[in-house]
Amino acid sequence: MPVPRWARGITPVLAAAAVLAVAHWLLAESPFFIYVSSLVGVNVILAVSLNIVNGMTGQFSIGHAGFMAVGAYIAGKLSLEMRDTAVSFLPEAASDQLFFILSLLAGGSAAALCGFLVGLPSLRLRGDYLAIVTLGFGEIIRVIVQNTPALGAALGLSGIPQSASLFSVWFCVFVTVLVARRIASSAHGRSLWAIREDEVAAEAMGVNTTAYKVRAFVISSFFAGVAGGLFAHFVPIINPNSFTFVKSMEVVVMVVAGGLGSTTGAIVAAVALTLLPEGLRSTFTAVGGGNAGLAQKVDQIRMPIYGLLLVALMLARPQGLFGTREVWDVLPRWLPRRRKGTA
Amino acid sequence: MSDLVQHLINGIATGTIYALVALGYTMVYGVLKLINFAHGDVMMVGVYFGYATAFQLGRAARTTLWGVLLIFLVAMAACALLGFIIERFAYRPLRDKPRLTALITAIGISFALSYGFQLDFGPLPGAAPRAFPEVIRPTEWLVLGDRDVVVWNWQVISLLIAAALMFILQYLVYRTRFGRAMRAVSFDHRVAGLMGIPTDRVIAITFMLGSALAAGAGLLYAIKDTAVQPLMGLYVGLKAFVAAVVGGIGQVPGAMVGALLLGLIEEFVVGYTASSWREAVAFGVLIVVLLVKPEGLFGRVAAEKV
Repeated sequence: MPVPRWARGITPVLAAAAVLAVAHWLLAESPFFIYVSSLVGVNVILAVSLNIVNGMTGQFSIGHAGFMAVGAYIAGKLSLEMRDTAVSFLPEAASDQLFFILSLLAGGSAAALCGFLVGLPSLRLRGDYLAIVTLGFGEIIRVIVQNTPALGAALGLSGIPQSASLFSVWFCVFVTVLVARRIASSAHGRSLWAIREDEVAAEAMGVNTTAYKVRAFVISSFFAGVAGGLFAHFVPIINPNSFTFVKSMEVVVMVVAGGLGSTTGAIVAAVALTLLPEGLRSTFTAVGGGNAGLAQKVDQIRMPIYGLLLVALMLARPQGLFGTREVWDVLPRWLPRRRKGTA
Repeated sequence: MSDLVQHLINGIATGTIYALVALGYTMVYGVLKLINFAHGDVMMVGVYFGYATAFQLGRAARTTLWGVLLIFLVAMAACALLGFIIERFAYRPLRDKPRLTALITAIGISFALSYGFQLDFGPLPGAAPRAFPEVIRPTEWLVLGDRDVVVWNWQVISLLIAAALMFILQYLVYRTRFGRAMRAVSFDHRVAGLMGIPTDRVIAITFMLGSALAAGAGLLYAIKDTAVQPLMGLYVGLKAFVAAVVGGIGQVPGAMVGALLLGLIEEFVVGYTASSWREAVAFGVLIVVLLVKPEGLFGRVAAEKV
């Protein structure tokens, strides 16, 4: 079906919105499903956005939870403060959603600003430093939150309006994936790939490596902040313990397992690695009896397994599940494929 | 005034422990150009070995000189072995791969160790912090004024041990045949191999040395802090890394100076604000150093070779 030129940019967005609206309407009655799928959505946003830095640009950030925390706390605090205000000429629901969107954007922008501040010094240096600095940044954020009574200190923030819905979470997922794919196939993205492959050569070819790296970092942090904002609006309470190393590592494992540089790989890995522990936990809880302890073991044993998974992946398949390819590049021959050059 | 002196003493005591861990980082970075992320966790494993040994020895035996020596020896030997295994099976196969691969592996090992030790079945210790048995009875070595300034005996002991280990290391790296081989491998491991230096062996021994040093440092830290828990290595390791970067990574004297500086800064910040800021200080320092003098105090600016 030929799409008129003017509508090309907006068509996928409209289509996604329609599909999501139907899904939202169909699934409105199952809160557990909505909770789990929102969790999956947030993790997909985190993995896809981290992939812009770790995969496409070849830098290694391991503090994504820090940016998520910035987004979560800024957006959550804003929503909490604006809970009782409303725009008078709008219906109440619309006004709530407006404030929700604004707080998400504020959270994302705050995270992007942090990304800029952290990225500027460390991205001028070699990649290993970025890993440590981002890790340190995540810790600093956590310590700051723990020492700020206005943000609930160690207890956390509760009572944030539960404005996030299946529709809003997955619409954000969609926008993140769209932006990531568009970046990957744009001139901007080519520069990022060039930096990933050989930084010195990229610089020699006229790529302003620092500027591109910082830009990739800022975009990635923005979406991490949005993911944090969404997270804050569907969990009952956010506290510093939701945004530790462990969260950052989870995202890193998703990106590395999916394939550094593969957006769809990151999505597949994020979905699988979120559903697997949730599924195991609910199975063990459902079986009950003597197995109740196993449900707790799932959480405990996840981290050592992630660590070993990273080592095993690096030794056996350093490019991850998909490498830099996307899902449609590895589909069987008989399926219709995207033509080359249209990506 | 006496506050200041007391903070100064505590800062130096903390700094010496960071220095020992930082030396291991710097040595490994020197020969492999790899940030051995798991270094702090190797240290943690060493502390647990020391802990187990101390318990096996019993109350009477572990406070004798030979008991303490045995605890250190067991921990250091265990860590050397662990370092060897990690190098042999995780890092060596990746030596000619892109650096990022080795970094991810190091992070993986670090998390497998620190969170693996939190499991509480089999021989694994579990997440609960536990007190390190008292092996050196804390006595006041020096008291000034009306208990304004107190220097504890363990502070003096760890300073002496740290200084001794640093001098031995300095001698080893700059005065022995093995040290020369190490420096050659650090300069260019391929050419060093062509000159007949057994690079694999040199790198393995460097790893074992660094890991043993970490175990020693960890025990000194545990004796001082007495809380042993699986995540201790993560924080001490990161701080030691910051210390190594502050001093200029790859430089033995740099690691010592950087670590002492970091220990002092941390102690003063914590002393004059609140102890809940402790974990953030090191990273603040790291970001400032990267902004102002990214090659570190003693580092040389190295042009990237193509």
